Amino acid sequence: MDLSYTETQDMLRDTLARFLADTYDFETRKKMLASPEGRDPGIWRALSAELGLTGAAFAEEHGGLGGGAIENMIMMEELGKVIAIEPWLQTVVIGGGALKAVGGAHADAYIPQIISGDAVFAFAYAEPQGRYDLANIATTAKTDGAGYVLNGHKAVVYAAPWATHLLVTARTGGARADRGGVELFLVDAKAKGITRRDYPTVDGFRASEVYFENVSVPGDALLPGGIELIEQLADEAAVALCAEASGVARKLLEGTVEYTKQRKQFGQPIGKFQALQHRMADMLVEAEQIQSMTLMGTLRLGLPGDERKAAVSLAKAKVARSIKFVGQSAVQTHGGIGITMELAIGHYFKRATMIESQFGSADHHLARYEALTLPA
Amino acid sequence: MDLDFSPEDLAFREEVRTFIAENYPKELRGKQDEGDELSKEDFLSWHKVLHKKGWVAPAWPVEYGGTGWSVTQRFIWSEETARADCIRLMPFGLTMVGPVIYTFGTPEQKARFLPRILSGEDWWCQGYSEPGAGSDLANLRTRAVREGDHYVINGQKTWTTMAQHADWGFFLCRTDPDAKAQEGISFILVDMKTPGIEVRPIITLGGEHEVNEVFLDNVRVPVENRVFEENKGWTCAKFLLAHERVGIAGVAASKRGIERIRQIAATELDGEKSLLANPFFRRKVAELEMDLTALEFTELRTLAGEAAGKGPGPESSVLKIKGSEIQQRLTELTLEMAGHYGAPYFRGFGEGDNEHPIGPGGWANRAAPTYFNTRKTTIYGGSNEIQRNIIAKMVLGL
Repeated sequence: MDLSYTETQDMLRDTLARFLADTYDFETRKKMLASPEGRDPGIWRALSAELGLTGAAFAEEHGGLGGGAIENMIMMEELGKVIAIEPWLQTVVIGGGALKAVGGAHADAYIPQIISGDAVFAFAYAEPQGRYDLANIATTAKTDGAGYVLNGHKAVVYAAPWATHLLVTARTGGARADRGGVELFLVDAKAKGITRRDYPTVDGFRASEVYFENVSVPGDALLPGGIELIEQLADEAAVALCAEASGVARKLLEGTVEYTKQRKQFGQPIGKFQALQHRMADMLVEAEQIQSMTLMGTLRLGLPGDERKAAVSLAKAKVARSIKFVGQSAVQTHGGIGITMELAIGHYFKRATMIESQFGSADHHLARYEALTLPA
Repeated sequence: MDLDFSPEDLAFREEVRTFIAENYPKELRGKQDEGDELSKEDFLSWHKVLHKKGWVAPAWPVEYGGTGWSVTQRFIWSEETARADCIRLMPFGLTMVGPVIYTFGTPEQKARFLPRILSGEDWWCQGYSEPGAGSDLANLRTRAVREGDHYVINGQKTWTTMAQHADWGFFLCRTDPDAKAQEGISFILVDMKTPGIEVRPIITLGGEHEVNEVFLDNVRVPVENRVFEENKGWTCAKFLLAHERVGIAGVAASKRGIERIRQIAATELDGEKSLLANPFFRRKVAELEMDLTALEFTELRTLAGEAAGKGPGPESSVLKIKGSEIQQRLTELTLEMAGHYGAPYFRGFGEGDNEHPIGPGGWANRAAPTYFNTRKTTIYGGSNEIQRNIIAKMVLGL
């Protein structure tokens, strides 16, 4: 058992943190969000081609730095600290995770493109009726010669407007919620028959409703692994979100503590009031729990299926609860200014709120944990 | 970074398991199974077995009798002792005054007291709280007045756990009444057989005699029994509290507690199904496991930091808050499991009491007294509100 970071890992964290500190200040972020594309592609280029950070969690044979889940955790934590709107989760964690899992020609072809910044992924897995059930899929993939034809509607696909490739879950057989028959497809985002309705999200990203109408894909678009692979990717994403939440929580706490040292009422800084001090102490306690659960989930991602799922569900459920507490407490402590667009704190709160339910709410994950570990 | 046990760690775990299986006192095990009250000798029997093996104080520096175990080995040790339902060793010598003496004591004090703490020859008690100094500990009034080479101590301490068995006590006394609250306090070791000391029992809600009042009436103590400088005892007091808070989390024991709840709830009926199938009860078990896992990894992070040279600081308040809350939730769930059979009271009939448990088992009849008793965890060791004050001041700089 060893809970220490390597020198390389410390260095990666420092490099990313320094870069983000220089590029992602509040005003710059605001301008990015308001631009037509909703982001600054130059930042992605810097993170990938220039700094090589997108390669941290990939094998050296593909041009990466040889890391894995821990590197993903480190990066997501730092991105959370500046509420970055980069497609890192979708591209590096989920897209990269899928490619590492299937290996072979897919990995050889696309991992170098992720590292170089040329490929950006989006994960089209949610559907309007399915909530957090990954197997509740109405989108169909019918065999057509050697390939498949996709039809269906994917909901709230984060980063889809920026993506060069979509990872799409679709059903090759079975009934609506059957685990069998669900498969993962790697699809060119510009393939004929794909239409999008793009929109901004409340937490500053861009996303789309994505419609597939007789979209033909070749046979090797199917990434073998079925629902088990999809669940693994969702678990890796959930833990990465925990790491992002850890960074968000630290900043919510830090910003709140700073604010209460400045803001005066009743003739003194409000941070002197015990009611607020205890709330902030509880925020620290919860921020610590988020960091601990992030570590737990990350270190258990490699366990066999059910053990991994149980661990990830505990992590995500706890993080969802704790980040809600930290976010709401930050706003409450700030008072009215906390619910305006003026201070960064409100923007962190918005991201925190979306993290709560992405890749499964606390209720969803507690139910999954119970089903896996408590005999009925 | 990983959670794997090395082959050496696995061999160590095997060694620990075998050692406990072969050496845990059989009589003690029997009394625990029956739920009998444990005597001083019972508490000491396991202590003495561990002392003989050299494992009684894993956290101490090796030069003073520690084991030199790695963080992983210490983790394994607490897991295995909890798994085997070993009793917790009395902390007053081993985790409270011991570390104060080896950190702040003179060579003579170290030589005199540390070996007897390790061997269990001296049973210690903690003279901190007073009727007028609970959370506001620095407001303590017990006076130690210098007369030649002695202090003469007068005052009253309270909540003194297991003082009825104690050979020695460590007392916070005011040596400078004119200094500000936290200054002017000294940390003094007192032989409990000294004339002028009276120990009176306080009976708590479960009927236990666990805590006491201690009255000190012109108690004469040699000056050489003072640890660290005169009027600087608060330094020792704070150090001790930070140490105490780490162990207070009780992660391994709480894990064992949840395991027990799972076992019982899987067989206790709730209508046609097991209690564990009840959606409300299941959710509470899951939430408890969730929060305990978060605490476990917070403790592991703290231990890893300690191994890297960061002593337990104010962050240990986080462990105290979460650990104590979880211990209380465990007893709440157990009482809930007992249902009607939480009510029958075991004590109070004198000799013989109720020899056979009433209802599903002794655990059910013990559930309420344990629940009542465990309300102490968020109060002692610095109440959880005081822990929040510590976090606000020391960690957040408010």
